[in-house]
Order: sequence, then structure tokens, then C-alpha cells
Amino acid sequence: MSKDRFQGHDYYQIDDLLTDEQKLIRDTVRAWVKQEVTPIIEDYAQRAEFPKHLLKGLAEIGAFGPYIPVEYGGQGLDQITYGLIMQEIERGDSGIRSTASVQSSLVMYPIYKYGSEEQRRKYLPKLATGELMGCFGLTEPDSGSDPGSMITNIKDKGDHYLLNGAKMWISNAPFADIAVVWAKNDEGKIRGIIVERGMEGFTTPETHDKWSLRASATGELVFDNVRVPKENLLPNVEGLKGPLGCLNSARYGIAWGVIGAAMDCYDSALRYSKERVQFGKPLAGFQLQQKKLAEMITEITKAQLLCWRLGVLRNEDRATPGQISMAKRNNVNMAIEIAREARQIHGGMGITGEYPIMRHMMNLESVITYEGTHDIHLLITGMDITGENAFK
Amino acid sequence: MKILVCISQVPDTTTKISFVDNDTRFNEDKVQYIVNPYDEWYALVRALELKETLGGNVTIITVGTSAVDAVIRKALAIGADDAVRIDMDPSDAFSVAKSIADYATGKGYDIILAGKETIDYNGSEVPGMIAALLNLPFIALGSKLDIEGNSAVVEVELDGGIEVIKTTLPAVISAAKGMAEARIPNMRGIMAARTKNIEVIPGTASALVGVKKFTLPNAKSAVKLIDPDNMDQLVELLHSEAKVI
Repeated sequence: MSKDRFQGHDYYQIDDLLTDEQKLIRDTVRAWVKQEVTPIIEDYAQRAEFPKHLLKGLAEIGAFGPYIPVEYGGQGLDQITYGLIMQEIERGDSGIRSTASVQSSLVMYPIYKYGSEEQRRKYLPKLATGELMGCFGLTEPDSGSDPGSMITNIKDKGDHYLLNGAKMWISNAPFADIAVVWAKNDEGKIRGIIVERGMEGFTTPETHDKWSLRASATGELVFDNVRVPKENLLPNVEGLKGPLGCLNSARYGIAWGVIGAAMDCYDSALRYSKERVQFGKPLAGFQLQQKKLAEMITEITKAQLLCWRLGVLRNEDRATPGQISMAKRNNVNMAIEIAREARQIHGGMGITGEYPIMRHMMNLESVITYEGTHDIHLLITGMDITGENAFK
Repeated sequence: MKILVCISQVPDTTTKISFVDNDTRFNEDKVQYIVNPYDEWYALVRALELKETLGGNVTIITVGTSAVDAVIRKALAIGADDAVRIDMDPSDAFSVAKSIADYATGKGYDIILAGKETIDYNGSEVPGMIAALLNLPFIALGSKLDIEGNSAVVEVELDGGIEVIKTTLPAVISAAKGMAEARIPNMRGIMAARTKNIEVIPGTASALVGVKKFTLPNAKSAVKLIDPDNMDQLVELLHSEAKVI
């Protein structure tokens, strides 16, 4: 890939709403991404390999559990800072951001929120440093948007649980040391349980031939009569609200993250349109191209304001799942539309690995589907404003 | 090893430059500030490396109002132990150098480091003035700095060669590219910076010189392409327009 000349875009001076520390952390992660991620990411994506060597650096810049309290190895940071970290990492690549999202919101968050004190002390500090990596098992081959239909189950065997079933589309699965798995108990209630690599009957086959998130490791979790100690059950939650609570946190991070991907596409398109001359003047001087660029920065600005306000609400513990759905849906769609338009501005160059556009565009096809599809989030908003359930 | 590193805030390199007040003052509206790269990447990082191998303490010092606290926090996040802010407008090199020299007097610093210049006004004056005011040896433009006993050995790049200079400590040294590799702070450093002390003291000198007027350079004109078969036109333009031959 050509040299990373990215600079952030802040059309409405939203930086004025951030603290010096939030800006310092944002700029630090941006510098780290420029130094460590963008020089290598295209190559890893082309080869469909996860750059595992980045895990240590991700931990050092605070990407793993930034809002988890310091006593458990996190940084105790606020939600806007968490969002800014996700934004900058996804500016590099959605796959790397996915790894950080999963570790923070889908592994550390449930252990912190629903786990016992022993579980918190045992796992969280090692997850924060990246010494342990985790994954999250909810989706199944026949259970996607309807997680309540899952068939993975745990049977109480007195001194342990016997776990059976399979999960798929699991980010980090191929290398994860632990998995937070959601399964139905003998009463049919959904419970969370921590499964560790090495437990007999637990395997994580990798999913190959993806056209999206190619620099991220995706796999399945297969449980064939896995004996899981009883102390690995998350004691403080029961039912779908467990996994949905985690998803609220992750979706919030995604709403911020995709602003990074959108800004990268816009930034590249803006620069390219100023440098590329056709018919005797830069592309940027043509009305059709200006329309694309002006609409891009408008949509990015709206997305930034949406996220900032949502961050304030989350800091005050007032954000509703409906508000989070709106931000996730709007912002991912915004980013994917910008990636597509930016691809057009780049002409043929836009399909090459010289520019990040096509990689972002393909990544966002996953992001618009995972953690609640584009359509499902619409139904969440619809139900929220009408009181009518249109899911079934 | 007790080291004082002078840092300055400068506009981000992508800033669009303009002036206000009848072109006598830089327009700070919408400007993002960063730590002057020569101060941060080379002077500060080399100071931290020396502390890591020899032990000691690294203090950063800057001149400015509370608006510069953000760049101070960044320098502390990279690893400086504490900070001093001289609370005044840094309007000329002398008032800055004199205030820093007055602060440093009697504090026992082994080395005072600064970037070779700031990337906004490019004056390159402050480190030399500090040395003169403190009656200390001064080495400018060091691209390598090592400590041997009670001496500093500094490499300075010359046109086509290298000069190696040795001086006894204490000394003032200005840092050029090559003295160290830039460091990105980590989260541990950012968190630690929250509680590091910033001592705020008043300035001790007034400006001796002031800006009368700023003028922007002429806008760059478009490139003219000359047909390779038309060398006469090229020579004519080099004479009449570019005026380089």
C-alpha cells in the first residue's frame, strides 16, 4: 500500500467537545495505527492472515477493555475514549478493530458484568494485557438473528456441566484461549459459561475463503461432550439479556469504529480527487465529484455527532438499546456507502491494494451484518417507536 | 543524570497559516497544536534513553499559558518525570531563554536538551541563549549523543561528513534528526501522566523584540511543461520567468 497520509476530519470542530486526554489517546492510537497497522495490513488481508504480532501493541495502547476498572487490569476510561480507540483502529482495518471489540465488549465485559469476583480476578487482568485472548459464542448455524432458537446446551452433571453444540462466525476463535459461550441449561434458560482451550471435546476449526475481514481470524466453536467446571458458569445473568448486554457495548464500539473506515475512504478520495487531473483540471473541480465528497463529509459529521452524544449518554448510563441500534445501523450504512462512492472516485486504482478503499468496502459487508443486521436494527427502532413487535 | 528538556508547542504540520491584527499575529483559530517534533522525537526521547541506562530524572520545561498543558501531558505520557510551565506568552527567544535559564540556575542539571529549532518560527535561538546565560558549553545540531564519564560526546552532521564533539558536563545540546527514534506513548504512560506534577512559575524576563508584520509567501504557480523538442523556449523561460540562469 502507498504511504499512509491520513489525517483526521473534523468539520464541526467536535474536538472542542473532547477532553485533552481523549484527544491524546485518540492521536496516540492514530500514530500507532500509522506505524504498525497500515504498512502491513494490505499484505495480510491479501494473504487472508491475521497479524497476530499486533496483539501486544493493541494491549499497550489500551484497546483491550479500556473501560474496565483499573483494579481488574483495565484503564477505567470513559465510553467516548473507548469509541475513539475503536474509530482509530478501524481506520486501519475493521478486522483488527473486531479483535479489539470482541476482547473488550464480548469477553471482558460479560466477565466483569456477569462474572463472579473469582472469575474477574482470574481472567480480566490477563485479557487486558493480551496474555489471554477471548472469543464470544452466540451465533449458531441455524440461529443468527434469532438467538433464542439456539440449540447449544449445558447439562448439569453434579460436579460439572456437559456442553454440546456448535457456534459459527466467531471472530478470534482460531487462536482464542477462552470462549464466553451462551448455551441453554436444563430448564431451557440461556446461560453464559467460560470454556477454555484444551478442554476435551472443544475444537475451533477456522473459516476460510472469506471475501471480507480477511485480516481477521474467524472460526467455529464445536463442543462435543465438553466437561466444563461449574465455577466457569457466569453466575449473575440469565436469559437473552446476557448476550444482548454484551452486544450493546460492542455495537456502540462499532458505531464509532466505522467512522474510522469512512474517514479513511473520504480522506483518500479527497486527496486523490485533488491530485488526479482529467480534461485539464483535478477531479475535485467537477461537480459530480464534489457532490460525492460533500455528501461524504456531511454524513461523517452527522455520524460523529451521533456517536459523541451516544457516548455522553452511555457515560451517564442512560443510553437505550434502541439508541445504540440507531447509531450502529446509521453509521455502518454511512461507511459502506462512502466506501462505494470513494471507490468510484479512485477509478480503477480503487480496486487495487494501493489504496485501502476496496478492503474497507469488503470489510464493511461483514460489519453491516454482524452484531445485529442492518434490517434487524431497523426493527429494533421500529419496535421502540411504535410498541409493535415486527420480528415475527 | 539530571536532565532538563525544553519543549515547545507548534501548530500541526497540516495547519493552514493566516494572520490577524493587521498581519502582526498568527491566527490560532481552528489550529491544532503538537509538541515540536525536534523536541519530542529527538531531545525528549534521547533524554529518556539516557535516564533508562544511567538512572536519574527527566524534567520538561515549556513557556506558555495553560493552553499548552495538552502538549505537556503528551510529553509526560511519553515518559518525562515531571514538568515546569513558565506562565507567560513566549513572544521572543530572549524572554523564553532567560526565563528557562533563571529557572535552571542552581538546580544542578547535567544536561539541558532542546530541539534544534521549532518548526513554526524556526529561530534556533533559544538553546544557544540558555547556554550563554548559564555560562555553559553549547553544542548545536547533535544527531548522536552519548555520555562518557562526566562528558558528553556529540556527533554533528556536516555537509558530507560528521564532526564528533566532546564537552564536559553540564552542557546545553540541541537535537537534530537521528539523535533518537520517535516513541508513541502507551496507555500506561498516558495514565501515569495524569498524576505527574506540573509546576507553574512566572516568567522572569520581557520580550526584547516584537513582530512588525508577517507576509505569506507567494502561492506556488502551476508547473509549466515544455516540449522536449523546444529547448529554446525552456532556456528563454529559465532566463525571463524563473530567472535562474
